[in-house]
Amino acid sequence: MRFIEEYRDSGLAHDLAAAIAAACQPQRDYVLMEVCGGHTHSFARHGLEELLPERVRLVHGPGCPVCVLPAGRIDAAIALARNSDVILCSYGDMMRVPGSKRATLIAAKAVGADVRMVLSTLDALGIARANPEREVVFLGIGFETTAPGTAVALQIARSDRLTNFSVLNNHLLTPPAIRAVLAMPADTPLHGLIAPGHVSAVIGTRVYDEFAVGGQAVVVAGFEPLDLLQSVLMLIRQINAGVARVENGYSRALNADGNRLALAAIAETMPGRRAFEWRGFGLLPESGMQIAEDFAEFDAERRFALNYVSVPDPKSCICADVVRGARVPEACKLFGTVCTPDDPVGPCMVSSEGACAAQWRYGRHRLAPSGEQISA
Amino acid sequence: MSGRFTRPLDIAGGRVEMTHGGGGRAMVQLVAELFQAELGNPILAQGNDAALLPPAAGRLVMSTDAYVVSPLFFPGGDIGSMAVHGTINDIAMSGAQPLYLSAAFILEEGLPLADLARIVASMARASREAGVPIVTGDTKVVERGKADGLFITTTGVGVVADGLMIAGDAIRSGDVILLSGSIGDHGIAILSQREGLSFSVPIESDSAAVHGLVADMVAAVPEIRCLRDPTRGGLSATLNELATQSGVGLVIEESAIPILPVVRGACEILGLDPLGIANEGKLIAFCPPEHAEALLAVMRAHPLGRDAAVIGVAIEDPRRFVRLRTTLGTERVIDWMFGAQLPRIC
Repeated sequence: MRFIEEYRDSGLAHDLAAAIAAACQPQRDYVLMEVCGGHTHSFARHGLEELLPERVRLVHGPGCPVCVLPAGRIDAAIALARNSDVILCSYGDMMRVPGSKRATLIAAKAVGADVRMVLSTLDALGIARANPEREVVFLGIGFETTAPGTAVALQIARSDRLTNFSVLNNHLLTPPAIRAVLAMPADTPLHGLIAPGHVSAVIGTRVYDEFAVGGQAVVVAGFEPLDLLQSVLMLIRQINAGVARVENGYSRALNADGNRLALAAIAETMPGRRAFEWRGFGLLPESGMQIAEDFAEFDAERRFALNYVSVPDPKSCICADVVRGARVPEACKLFGTVCTPDDPVGPCMVSSEGACAAQWRYGRHRLAPSGEQISA
Repeated sequence: MSGRFTRPLDIAGGRVEMTHGGGGRAMVQLVAELFQAELGNPILAQGNDAALLPPAAGRLVMSTDAYVVSPLFFPGGDIGSMAVHGTINDIAMSGAQPLYLSAAFILEEGLPLADLARIVASMARASREAGVPIVTGDTKVVERGKADGLFITTTGVGVVADGLMIAGDAIRSGDVILLSGSIGDHGIAILSQREGLSFSVPIESDSAAVHGLVADMVAAVPEIRCLRDPTRGGLSATLNELATQSGVGLVIEESAIPILPVVRGACEILGLDPLGIANEGKLIAFCPPEHAEALLAVMRAHPLGRDAAVIGVAIEDPRRFVRLRTTLGTERVIDWMFGAQLPRIC
């Protein structure tokens, strides 16, 4: 099938694996961060780490928007959903993410909250039109990838004069998170970044220049096995040559400038940059998108006068370390014992981009068996 | 019968009303003119609270299933045909010959009688084609908003031939795993209908009664250890269930799993794993390796097993993992689906 099988070709994958092995210099380690949770899952789902030499080590990054959302933000969404005037519309990813005390939207739904799973912001607008007597709130979440969808919904809501629609905005920016990762003291320094593909389709590749200037090799990658192996090879070649620059390994989908229409929609509706609390990073300045004054009536935080309350992460959960790449999922004593995708303690175990979920779902057969751990 | 009521039921324009479940003449008329007219058979015509059945020749099996699929009509079937196929298949998965079905209907006030008639006609057709009559039934009506059109529960009874011992805990290390055809068709057909997605090639549900295929299989290879239909949760859930039940590991070859290109494409676009998507006309079979070739041949000789394939093997594994050997030659776990990736699929 076009655009799928070509990029999963076994022969080419093994050729790339051989080229990577040949390129690796002796006595040298290559520590690469896959910034994006989608990449984490692609590596795991295709078992690509088996094709990489031991001296190439992958470190999971902060690019899972569900995972970096602190529990207080999930609590705010759940509290809003419990308001009987409100229909809360959410992407499926958020439904089972635990806030404090393991509360979830899906559990709130079971006790009467009107929570609707939507595939698109347009579905949320449709629900608002069909229920004029109710307040319809779209739970906006994600990096620059999903922000344009929210931006367009805000534009339509204003042009159609919808009076019962608003957005609980949790949209985040990727560069501040990468900046924060690189600023943190690490046991092992990073040598290269596998930069996110879908995010870059919106924001372009130029935004990563600052990281190359700072000494990081950067390759923007697609999501198929050949994309990822190719990006690893490109990074190793940069590292070997002692250079650091931004390369586009996903040129079939993106360019240096990004998607101008999408960027314009964000610039119109969410131009502001606000300090936002991230799980694992704390308050990062200018890291969250802020809904414009012109669209204030569609901002659920203002509409419902919500005050954000920070709450501590669950005890013993190391999601905060996992999203920084500081620890691996299986280092968590909750991993597979009391925290599984069916009953998650932290967001990394339940999100489709979470590193714990990737390791649990696809890679747990490689981990040493533990007496307490749930096996199959 | 028509003389008993002043006017015939207005099937074309009428709707289900609370009186249709009230135990009065309206209910009797609905049963007579809509249900019995379509489903009629000598046992149903007995007209008693319980159907009196002749003695059965062998061990009986019984299974029940509730159907709440949304939408009620979808490409390749509807809730009615599915309620017949699904329960027949559950009976067949013990190697049994299905004999009788019961059907209970929960109708929502306001459901167009035309829709109900279409669904009952579809059940009648499915039951006739399968040769498994619906011998008893029940109808209830609930207020508007208390059900989504209608829900159907069917129960089946079948008989297992002597010598067959087909069960979820019977799989042994070394057994070969066979799949009867392409996976994911049903779930993707429902999803595309529900979300108004259209693909260049239409996707149809695979909803079908597979007892005929099973009859051929058990006749040729009575040594079959286990049969299961990968419905909700798809192949992933079914394989994990069986690995747990039998205490074995399973290794599946990704390249051997038949998936239609359009289903694969839809899954890629929607971010779904075809291994986790529901099927309604497929089965997986486990047999000792020496019988695998014969079993595959007999499956492929049947129209519902035309695309059958050997997809893997059972191994010893105290941790009971289901592993996938990917097309790249790497290995990963196949996990249970979690959450409700596609609710109301059956």
